[in-house]
Amino acid sequence: MTTETQARQAAGPDFGITPSQTIGPFFAYALTPRAYGGPELATEQVAGEGVEGERIRIEGHVYDGDGAVVIDAMIEIWQADARGRFNTSGNAGFSGFGRAEATAEGGFHFETIRPGAIEGPGGTMQAPHLSVSVFARGILVRLATRIYFEGEPGNAADPVLALVPAERRETLIAKRDENGVYRFDIRLQGEGETAFFAA
Amino acid sequence: MSLIYPRDSLKAHPLNATPAYGSTVKRAPSKPLILLPHTLSETTGPVFGHTGVAAGDSDLTRQHQGEPLGERIIVSGRVLDEDGRPVPHTLVEIWQANAGGRYVHVRDQHPAPLDPNFTGAGRALTDAEGRYRFVTIKPGAYPWRNHHNAWRPAHIHFSLFGPSFLSRVITQMYFPGDPLFKYDPIFQSVTDERARERLISRFDLGTTEPEWALGYTFDIVLRGRNATPVEEPHDH
Repeated sequence: MTTETQARQAAGPDFGITPSQTIGPFFAYALTPRAYGGPELATEQVAGEGVEGERIRIEGHVYDGDGAVVIDAMIEIWQADARGRFNTSGNAGFSGFGRAEATAEGGFHFETIRPGAIEGPGGTMQAPHLSVSVFARGILVRLATRIYFEGEPGNAADPVLALVPAERRETLIAKRDENGVYRFDIRLQGEGETAFFAA
Repeated sequence: MSLIYPRDSLKAHPLNATPAYGSTVKRAPSKPLILLPHTLSETTGPVFGHTGVAAGDSDLTRQHQGEPLGERIIVSGRVLDEDGRPVPHTLVEIWQANAGGRYVHVRDQHPAPLDPNFTGAGRALTDAEGRYRFVTIKPGAYPWRNHHNAWRPAHIHFSLFGPSFLSRVITQMYFPGDPLFKYDPIFQSVTDERARERLISRFDLGTTEPEWALGYTFDIVLRGRNATPVEEPHDH
């Protein structure tokens, strides 16, 4: 019997993952504590000065099923570096992880670099994208989605976008505005509902 | 070592569409979730070191001039994967209400007093054996407006990363024997009773320190199993 099996059996038949619960409305002073003067673990600044890659800014709002802004959400992103590598050591100023609290207007933004393409299943290539987690009061299990970028030639062959019904793919593609900012709104429910993934 | 993330385990989670918890009604997606392959984007995740976590961050009773009011407690446990193996050096963030059931958050309007000696936020990294330990005070129950006479059972919020995007979870730890469990739609949103029980800490005399603080243990199991388990003998 392996050590792992012994550990599971010692823990009993009730052993299993800890269920998710909502982040609730009052997380900010711990997870995004800037307004409370607390030290921040991660912010919307994902790439510091001098990090290799094209600098991009992403802005958006979170909306509920009535089209009302969600003012108590936390959004996290996870991404590869400009060469499509994760957790690269020696890439000072870039962890690949960002965290933002929705503003009183339901807005959020990230300052980062455009990630590189990365390997996908079965020898495919995935177009540049950010992995996104959305937490909020009323969300019992983190909502997972992705941000892709308008105009990326790799989008057409992306194996994950291909899994999304064609009429919903646009909800995952950030659009560049006249100022060069990528716009990406998150619609939790209803018309234009963002495509969310079972991860 | 590489991990796999069986989707079957996700059945322990609540459904986002849980109408008894009113805030879900306009916030739960209405369309089916799309099955996401586990690519490098999902099987990797942020790594946090001691730069983000100071030694005193795990003692919530020593963040101010004086000591907070309330029942001093120790909350400790292990972070494990689905094989029961420890998850070492992983970040645990917690937050909670004070002993009167009031959060420091600017939008908490519950008319219970704030405690100038208590913020209610802590961080820790698990050690090589996956252990963490917080010193804090027992949070109070508090009312909310979900339904008539709605009260949340006392709880501490936990946020964990584990090894990847797939192991990321935010949850709540409860205290044993709380009479509010059966009325709380957030606790009850976990419909599998055995999974729900895993949200409840255990009082532990071994963790309790004489003349000082009661001890509770709370183990957290994150997604992830060894991709290449050692073969066991089979009968076929």
